[in-house]
Amino acid sequence: MSKKLLLKNDHIPGINTLATYKENGGYAVLTNALKNLSPDAIVEEVKKSGLRGRGGAGFPTGMKWSFLAKPEGVPRYLVCNADESEPGTFKDRYLMERIPHLLVEGMILSSFALGANTSYIYIRGEYFYVANILEKAIDEAYQAGYLGKNILGTGFNLDLYVQVGAGAYICGEETALLESLEGKRGNPRIKPPFPAVAGLYGCPTVVNNVETIAAVVPIIEMGGEEYAKIGIGKSTGTKLISASGHINKPGVYEIELGLPVEEFIYSEEWCGGIRGGRKMKAVVAGGSSVPILPTELILKTVNGEPRLMSYESLGDGGFISGTMLGSGGFIVMDEETSIVKNLYTFSRFYHHESCGQCSPCREGIGWMERILEKILDGRGTLADIDLLWDIQSKIEGKTICPLGEAAAWPVAAAIRHFRPEFEAYVTNPDSIKDIKHYYRLKN
Amino acid sequence: MMTNTQDIQFSKEAMEKVQKIISRYPSDRKKSALIPILHIAQAEFDGWLSPQTMDYVASILNIQSIEVYEVASFYSMFNLEPVGNCLIEVCRTSSCWLCGAEDIIDHIENKLGISVGETTPDGMFTLKAVECLGSCGTAPMMQVGADYHENLTIEKVDNLFDQFRNENKKSRYC
Repeated sequence: MSKKLLLKNDHIPGINTLATYKENGGYAVLTNALKNLSPDAIVEEVKKSGLRGRGGAGFPTGMKWSFLAKPEGVPRYLVCNADESEPGTFKDRYLMERIPHLLVEGMILSSFALGANTSYIYIRGEYFYVANILEKAIDEAYQAGYLGKNILGTGFNLDLYVQVGAGAYICGEETALLESLEGKRGNPRIKPPFPAVAGLYGCPTVVNNVETIAAVVPIIEMGGEEYAKIGIGKSTGTKLISASGHINKPGVYEIELGLPVEEFIYSEEWCGGIRGGRKMKAVVAGGSSVPILPTELILKTVNGEPRLMSYESLGDGGFISGTMLGSGGFIVMDEETSIVKNLYTFSRFYHHESCGQCSPCREGIGWMERILEKILDGRGTLADIDLLWDIQSKIEGKTICPLGEAAAWPVAAAIRHFRPEFEAYVTNPDSIKDIKHYYRLKN
Repeated sequence: MMTNTQDIQFSKEAMEKVQKIISRYPSDRKKSALIPILHIAQAEFDGWLSPQTMDYVASILNIQSIEVYEVASFYSMFNLEPVGNCLIEVCRTSSCWLCGAEDIIDHIENKLGISVGETTPDGMFTLKAVECLGSCGTAPMMQVGADYHENLTIEKVDNLFDQFRNENKKSRYC
């Protein structure tokens, strides 16, 4: 199942340069499409492909594109979301670093399809060196006539710019990203209106993840119908998975959707099994915000069917026994991992990253972090576990943006599947050695 | 209140970069350039943004100082207090924690004789613990200025710090 569409050439030395990228077929799809396809025909192919947003939400890309308002005389924008910040996720960084021209080609192709003449790639500030790689690729594309005025003699004009952020997870939320791109604090906007109607500078805007935009290139190359044959069911195509944690071979892997989870974890082709020959305890399959699952539930659904790397199979059982594919940030934990401590790092993260607009998120996540700190410190009570459950349930669905859910879900899932471990921390605190040192707690 | 910004000036090269960035946005949307310009300002003026520096940036973009303060205080990469020559930021979120980030932080604290959040008395190093920097597959990691150092071990950290001291390193910010 090693079908490669995005990373088929990532091993070729110099593939980050325009010359080598072109030698390996780069910009051929764009050249052909600009000359032979209409913008609407490209949108149609993307719809047929079944491509779903690769940033985490999994919303059908073609449908998102078709929502774009097209009032006369108003500019439209395409903005690439390269603010990759979901803990456990580092695939976009890899793609941009290795094959920057694939993203640039995808941006030009998608801008043409959407009728955008100015497009931005908003990249997280910490990826400075990646932004420099992209700038270089964009300069090369301008020189070769793929960007600028009258591209390849077609009359299509496009300027493409890189914009760096400055350290804010929330800017991965598309309306916060647009605020940031306008030079403001990254406070998510109330929706509606959606960016498709009023986005950047109040104009119709599409925001797509790096991997989503890169996938448009192979989709137009092979046609939407062919692309839709790859993968399984409504999970079409391939997906980049960022694998990390206690595995032998961490890294970025392109998989065909539908690969069995067990094969992904244990095969030498992918993660290569658990480090040190230990047993696996749990997996966070789609980035920090998706529910953690214990080994038995990540390998098989409650019906005993093998769990597959797809939107539907990972979601099988809902949040009672399933999880989400999310961003593909696949974090594996071995048998010695403390689920409570790992959860604490998540809550600390979300508390730090809350923009502060909505009280349930701003206050509630801080409460969860402090209660977890108390439990880890050996001062927790059984009532604290119930309180944690209560707080997360009162954050979910009560905030402007999904950061509230992103913070609540991991807490709910950890308690749902590992409650005895929380209880052990509370009822037998002496068993926790040196926790203050380990967690850098005060006192 | 506006502070006197007369003493603060971008170098010619920095000013060229600033003008190039401003040209990327519609002429009535220059404020979009604020975050990239703050990065340049931080790189130009010792790795942090003083109120005077922020007022200067406001004057370039023809916006109110408060518009710069509210943005600078929102984003974690902007330092609103002076930092050491070398800004050391060690990631501590899930995957990095799973792979031993806290041992790395402990080691650096002991090595430098400071705690997280502090600067060494000689002004050489500031140590921070930060949240996920997208290096989960190469954990544990630290960022020094704009540079990533990954797959850290105690030995690797020791070698890096020897190198920083020998070079009298100053972090590069962009």
